[in-house]
Amino acid sequence: MADHLLEVRDLSVRFHTAQGIVNAVNGISWHLDRGETLAILGESGSGKSVSASAIMNLIDMPPGEITSGQILFDGVDLLKKSEEDRRRLNGKRISMIFQDPLGHLNPVYPVGWQIAETAMAHGKPKDEAYARALALMERVGIPDPKASMDKYPHQFSGGQRQRLMIAMALVLKPDILIADEPTTALDVTVQAEVLSLLEELQEETGMGLLLITHDLGVVAEAADRAVVMEGGHIVESGTPRELYHHAQHPYTRKLLAAAPGKGEMRDPASDEQPILRVQNLQKSYGSFAALKGVNFDLHAGETLAIVGESGSGKSTIARLMLHLEPASGGKVLWKGEEILSKTPREMGPLRRQLQMVFQDPTQSLNPHMTVFQIISEAWVIHPDILPKSQWKDRVAELLEQVGLKPEHALRNPHQFSGGQRQRIAIARALALEPDLIICDEAVSALDVSIQAQVIALLGELRDRLGIAFIFIAHDLPVVRDFADHVLVMQRGQVVEHGTVRQIFEAPRQGYTQRLLAAGLDSDPDVQAERRSQRLALAATQA
Amino acid sequence: MKTMLGKRAVSSLISLFVLIVMVFFLSRLTGDPAALYLPVDASEEMRQNFREIHGLNDPVIVQFGRYIGDLVQLDFGESLRKARPAIDVVLEAFVWTLWLALITMALVSVAAIVVGSIAAFNVGRPFDRVASVLSLIGASAPDFWIAIVGIVVFSVSYGLLPTSGTGTVWHWILPIAVLFIRPFGLILQIVRGSMINALGSPYVKTARAKGVKNRPVIFVHTLRNAMLPVITVIGDQAAALLNGAVVVETIFGFPGVGKLMIDSILQRDFNVILAAIMVTAIAIFLMNILIDIAYALLDPRIRT
Repeated sequence: MADHLLEVRDLSVRFHTAQGIVNAVNGISWHLDRGETLAILGESGSGKSVSASAIMNLIDMPPGEITSGQILFDGVDLLKKSEEDRRRLNGKRISMIFQDPLGHLNPVYPVGWQIAETAMAHGKPKDEAYARALALMERVGIPDPKASMDKYPHQFSGGQRQRLMIAMALVLKPDILIADEPTTALDVTVQAEVLSLLEELQEETGMGLLLITHDLGVVAEAADRAVVMEGGHIVESGTPRELYHHAQHPYTRKLLAAAPGKGEMRDPASDEQPILRVQNLQKSYGSFAALKGVNFDLHAGETLAIVGESGSGKSTIARLMLHLEPASGGKVLWKGEEILSKTPREMGPLRRQLQMVFQDPTQSLNPHMTVFQIISEAWVIHPDILPKSQWKDRVAELLEQVGLKPEHALRNPHQFSGGQRQRIAIARALALEPDLIICDEAVSALDVSIQAQVIALLGELRDRLGIAFIFIAHDLPVVRDFADHVLVMQRGQVVEHGTVRQIFEAPRQGYTQRLLAAGLDSDPDVQAERRSQRLALAATQA
Repeated sequence: MKTMLGKRAVSSLISLFVLIVMVFFLSRLTGDPAALYLPVDASEEMRQNFREIHGLNDPVIVQFGRYIGDLVQLDFGESLRKARPAIDVVLEAFVWTLWLALITMALVSVAAIVVGSIAAFNVGRPFDRVASVLSLIGASAPDFWIAIVGIVVFSVSYGLLPTSGTGTVWHWILPIAVLFIRPFGLILQIVRGSMINALGSPYVKTARAKGVKNRPVIFVHTLRNAMLPVITVIGDQAAALLNGAVVVETIFGFPGVGKLMIDSILQRDFNVILAAIMVTAIAIFLMNILIDIAYALLDPRIRT
């Protein structure tokens, strides 16, 4: 009998790319037992998903190549088995769910069929497969499961889609479930629900759970053991508590230090006139009210965080302020002047004062322009800012200000990493010397360590240049470190508005409390406390 | 789905009406019909008589109303050269074009989907390279040139195929072959790209992780998604053929709508031209509605 249910031994995988050979993982070893949850923790490019893909035979070869190692499942090396034998294991004994459930569900087939397909692919008769699918949809908490069987993936919410993926993976009661960033794209409260569901299902079936994540909070909440990966190597392993309190490897320490939500909170002390007043701002799409009257003030050099889950209307506020969409009602006073009623021509000169940094720098930077062109374009549009002779020096200066090098100016965006691209987007915004920068989820796509750097950069710019920020985010710990005031939104309405200290230390509204309790903390002890808080809140609600 | 089709039908009717208005007034812009239809040496009396018969002395708006009234009854007037109702002449030719287009597009679709899919499974291998280069050449080669080369090689040099007309099955081969090449090249490219995209998509990864066999992964999960963009292009290409393959029909003396239009323009048979424009326009609108229905059947996201 094998020592472990699943054991990866000395696995090395490399990819042949146009840029040469990339060693994705180098001699990694880990194991997973029945009923146990192992987390593989790592940032993008660490190779954390590669061993899972190797287990599921999902690596395309070429360009991939497994150069060494064994994957022992019940003591038998999967890498020595035939394609057909491995197909028989997939979905039946080892299942996998993924990060983006919308993309990973086939858009053109009903979800009931997609769940039943797992059973049918392994020889179960149609009736039985459908009966199992229905039972599982009910088990994972899909409302009205019978009618939902015939619906299509786009008709469900993000959280429901991940539940459907889980149902699809568990139809045949596998021994192992691999979950690759299963909650990354989900709202915090939904994330907590999905993690609880996984845990309950694990208790019921006794399956081993492999959790691939970049989030220390997920590890603290759900894992029994964790391995930390960096650059294709396992640098450290242990229980979440051991890792949190006694991290040995510098990389683990760096990750822990970068985890947001641990710093000092800010105390705003400003009694000047606000530079921005938003009054009763409204937006409707047809009969649907997306924003139902929002009010707030913002002072120079201060940061207002707008937090809320998807669909709460938080990004709509920014879009309305910048005239990216027409508002349905209300006023926006910028330095005492109403700007919503301005014509595009009148808005032009004001735009340089109000800048925006978006979530995805890969899409918001034009790939065909050099960094120099991207940054200096602002001065082409607003020629009074800077004479052309000084552009080169100023671009170099801005690049240094955001932590890049002057010689980066001649490169194209694709030659940079995600964090660097976001720095370029910030430099572009700074080029106009704005008084207000709106960051719409500007750090949520970045790895934790990069996120920490970008937040530090923004904080420095705020203190040095006196720029005010509107910081739209769903990630509460980041907000805690960066904001002065917090506006909590739900379904187009402001639920609570207060200083960061008041919101985080004494939230008054039930929704804010639930939101805070659902957030995951990287400290396993804090997280255990928060978890009981969350369950208590859920109980009082029910 | 029903509301979508309803909207589509309404917008088609609006475009059709705009087309009618344009065709009517453009044909009036080309000059006085009495001068255009009658021989150059016709007397003023004859011209006056002609105007009287055809109501050309009425205000334009009245003429337009009468024109619309006739259209609703599918009355396009007489063909001046053939002395038969214009619509009969056009429909007769249109049936030929319809068959030509249907057969060609059926062959093109099957061939492009099969070859494009095989190329997509073998990206970068010799089959894919050859298919890609040939499809590029096919998509860019001018059809009049291919038609002439075809005649020179197969009819003149080897005497295998007739040069023009429609008598036998052999007569159809060259026109279909020539019309086949361009849409085949275009659609093959789309199929290949779309298939590569779908094969690399996350839902295919899911299917493999579920242990679905290779064949259903390709034919159930991939193909249906990959067909969505392909259908649009097939529709466009079919519409172009329905419009009458003017050049090819003329070169091969094929009695379709394209050739009829050219002949009618040369003979100033305006009623036939107008009828031909209306018939092909209606055919294209119907074609687009068919494409929409196919699209909605394949993709549930369109239906809601």
